[in-house]
Amino acid sequence: MSSNPLPPKERMKIPRQRMPEQAAGERSHNFSEVNLGLAGTLAHQEALRCLHCKSHHCFTGCPVGVKIKDFIELILQGDYLAAAAKIREDNVLPAVTGRVCPQEEQCEGCCVLGKNGEPLAIGYLERFVADYERQTGQVGLPAKAPATGKRVAIIGSGPAGLSAAGDLVQRGHKVTVLEALHEIGGVLIYGIPEFRLPKSIVREEVDNLRRLGVEFRTNVVVGRTVTVDELLGEKGYHAVFIATGAGLPVFLNIPGEHLCGVYSANEFLTRVNLMKAHEFPKYDQPIYDCRGKDVAVIGGGNTALDAVRTALRLGAKTASIVYRRSEVEMPARAEEVKHAREEGVQFAMLTNPIEFLGDDKSWLTGMKCQRMELGAPDKSGRRRPVAVAGSEFTMPIQVAIVAVGNRGNPLVQSATPDIKTNPMGYIEADPETLLTSKPGVFAGGDIVTGGATVILAMGAGRRAAQAIDDYLRAAV
Amino acid sequence: MYKIVEATFLAADVKLLRLEAPEIARKRQAGQFVILRIHEHGERIPLTIADSDARAGTITIIVQGVGKTTKLLNTFEAGDAVPDVVGPLGRPSEIHYYGTVVVIGGGLGTAIAYPTARALKFAGNRVVSILGARTKSLVILEDEMRAISDEVHVTTDDGSYGEKGFVTDKLKALIAGGSPPQFVLAIGPIPMMRAVSEATRPHGIKTVVSLNPIMVDGTGMCGGCRVVVGGQTQFACVDGPEFDAHQVDFAILTARNAMYREAERRALEVFEREQHAEPHVCRLGQVHPAAAPSPISAP
Ligand SMILES: Cc1cc2nc3c(=O)[nH]c(=O)nc-3n(C[C@H](O)[C@H](O)[C@H](O)COP(=O)(O)OP(=O)(O)OC[C@H]3O[C@@H](n4cnc5c(N)ncnc54)[C@H](O)[C@@H]3O)c2cc1C
Ligand SMILES: Cc1cc2nc3c(=O)[nH]c(=O)nc-3n(C[C@H](O)[C@H](O)[C@H](O)COP(=O)(O)OP(=O)(O)OC[C@H]3O[C@@H](n4cnc5c(N)ncnc54)[C@H](O)[C@@H]3O)c2cc1C
Ligand code: SF4
Ligand code: SF4
Ligand code: FES
Repeated sequence: MSSNPLPPKERMKIPRQRMPEQAAGERSHNFSEVNLGLAGTLAHQEALRCLHCKSHHCFTGCPVGVKIKDFIELILQGDYLAAAAKIREDNVLPAVTGRVCPQEEQCEGCCVLGKNGEPLAIGYLERFVADYERQTGQVGLPAKAPATGKRVAIIGSGPAGLSAAGDLVQRGHKVTVLEALHEIGGVLIYGIPEFRLPKSIVREEVDNLRRLGVEFRTNVVVGRTVTVDELLGEKGYHAVFIATGAGLPVFLNIPGEHLCGVYSANEFLTRVNLMKAHEFPKYDQPIYDCRGKDVAVIGGGNTALDAVRTALRLGAKTASIVYRRSEVEMPARAEEVKHAREEGVQFAMLTNPIEFLGDDKSWLTGMKCQRMELGAPDKSGRRRPVAVAGSEFTMPIQVAIVAVGNRGNPLVQSATPDIKTNPMGYIEADPETLLTSKPGVFAGGDIVTGGATVILAMGAGRRAAQAIDDYLRAAV
Repeated sequence: MYKIVEATFLAADVKLLRLEAPEIARKRQAGQFVILRIHEHGERIPLTIADSDARAGTITIIVQGVGKTTKLLNTFEAGDAVPDVVGPLGRPSEIHYYGTVVVIGGGLGTAIAYPTARALKFAGNRVVSILGARTKSLVILEDEMRAISDEVHVTTDDGSYGEKGFVTDKLKALIAGGSPPQFVLAIGPIPMMRAVSEATRPHGIKTVVSLNPIMVDGTGMCGGCRVVVGGQTQFACVDGPEFDAHQVDFAILTARNAMYREAERRALEVFEREQHAEPHVCRLGQVHPAAAPSPISAP
């Protein structure tokens, strides 16, 4: 039974609550979070909209099966901590997913309210209870099963690695996470900017895992510092989970890509997010000074949007998205596109760069582009862009950021040839058990699927944890 | 934390540091490097592993103070610690038997070339070393190089030690002398590596250089270290740092390494102002290089 006092008709009259946000003119000059979060009254008002449906389609839209209807019910009861604990049963990083999940395609995309109006703001509510839990400092750590004496090594500390670590440690295994960089969190730390996901949240979640008993070791590059065979051999681990992400930047392979001022989005974002280059010289890592410059970001995904909004915050005179298809095909979340536009980002759609131009000192001065039009649909179902003959033009820019995708980082695989990979460099793993071609070695997240989402990576981490637990228990 | 167990100046602004890093020490091969971050607000910088001692669990790096981070690192002493050291990174040097090899170290390049030179010697090669520097006080690791070379030549730009001239003068003389080497390894400033490459190209002598682009992660994730070799983009941190000299586009490397010059200058300025604000203790000359026991283990 629901604690909702309103009859369904009344519920449907309540408009979807708006997320309070920093004013566009202000936020485009700082790195503080754009979305400010719902206050308790707004959250309650939003929760009242839920129809508490029997079929609760929302649940099927969530890749990890968060019990949405149940946690909303707990919000209505005013027990926010219990609501957070309910989410944590299926999702160990609710403060993260509440912020960065593409809800419009997942949970909210399946909400019945969306048929005739706007869906329930499930993401906002998830974020609300997770933030409440953090602010009270009462994060309920789950109970741990008795120690099994088994040890698991997890390679990579992104969402896939973290969620597997959380589940495995709860099941009584000893878990060590090995991370190549000096900070834990994967893309959550080095890729997604502070203004969308404050790093303090990631650190708190990592601390929660630490308190649960997960051991974290930074500065370990598996494949170089230690190999998978050594982990399973002399290092004494009973199983290995590879969650190394898709961190190999793809370039356009057009002339001039080596000019000074041309970045991969990975490098640009890493310099700012991980190394804090925007606080240079307080922090030592520099970044090319974007103040007063014209910056173009090539690509249409979340990464491109993050890079262009970061460039704006670094003081760019103009910051543009250059994308070869049209806006409907852009894979970035609608909210990010809206935010970017409000902040003053320009969008050059159906535009394809063909050459970077530079001065005699090899500094970027412009980008030669051609106009595109949409032809027949390609394999991905999106209409394929084709060049318009004779449409070349030059865009004057001094900074270009290439954000056209990533591939699997080969470091682990090249040192472990008995792990099968596909031609794109991704690891082949059983879709259910995530077992690779090598016994005792599992893999999941972006290194298996290619660049996907935080929640899909977390889902893979959970499935891997289940399969590893089964494997370890069978192997007694 | 990675503890420094030994810190010795080899020349003005060139310091040898031995650090505790047991896993790296066990794994490392000639030609590989580490990336360090030396304080909580620090940048990540690559440094070659000049030597390692698997039993003691230590690695040796030799640092030339050229900018803020390296100058700050050169104020570290035994007992201090570095928060982050990751490695060993990069492909190990390819070591083969060639016959006669010439190893050229320009300035600090000698420190980077030393471990590979030693491995080449172990592989049975006749090793002829050419050590170049601007002036006598900047010649480093001469004793160590002598210990693993069959022949050592020193050149200085100002003629204060060895022969006056450039390393390429000596190399050309060796080639013209009738017994050209089968392999050349050249490590030093970019103009030097480029000049060596041009000197060996007409003779078809296989030549390898170690490139030093600006790096961030060192794992192939950022693409900042990209170099052009044989017309192809390569990531020096995972595909290198050693490449076939005759295929390298040195002009692109030179240009890209200048990308942060303005920022580097500012960082150094701020750093030096702060250094001078504090009472300055000069640590140079505390241990005279000549008086110190050889800091690199004998082969
Ligand atoms: C800029 C950007 C914005 C994004 N925005 C969103 C968003 O808004 N919403 C969303 O859902 N998704 C978003 N994504 C996608 C999402 O972040 C990824 O799908 C997700 O992080 C994948 O998780 P993972 O655990 O598989 O790998 P990653 O998060 O990539 O983590 C892998 C980790 O493994 C480490 N590693 C790699 N190789 C080794 C090795 N050999 N040894 C040790 N460690 C190693 C890496 O350093 C890294 O820390 C975004 C991605 C980017 C790049
Ligand atoms: C694979 C590799 C191995 C290296 N091994 C060693 C080593 O064993 N010992 C050593 O002293 N140095 C080595 N270097 C160079 C060292 O990384 C740089 O000197 C250092 O990053 C400079 O940092 P900084 O803040 O002190 O100076 P910055 O202020 O960053 O730069 C000062 C000056 O050095 C130049 N510079 C900046 N970055 C580099 C770079 N990556 N390579 C060369 N010059 C640079 C700048 O153009 C500038 O002129 C190596 C570099 C690479 C890529
Ligand atoms: S985890 Fe993501 S998809 Fe699932 S309910 Fe939360 S916001 Fe929705
Ligand atoms: S589908 Fe929408 S309205 Fe129905 S239970 Fe889920 S969130 Fe509530
Ligand atoms: S340093 Fe980032 S890819 Fe080489």
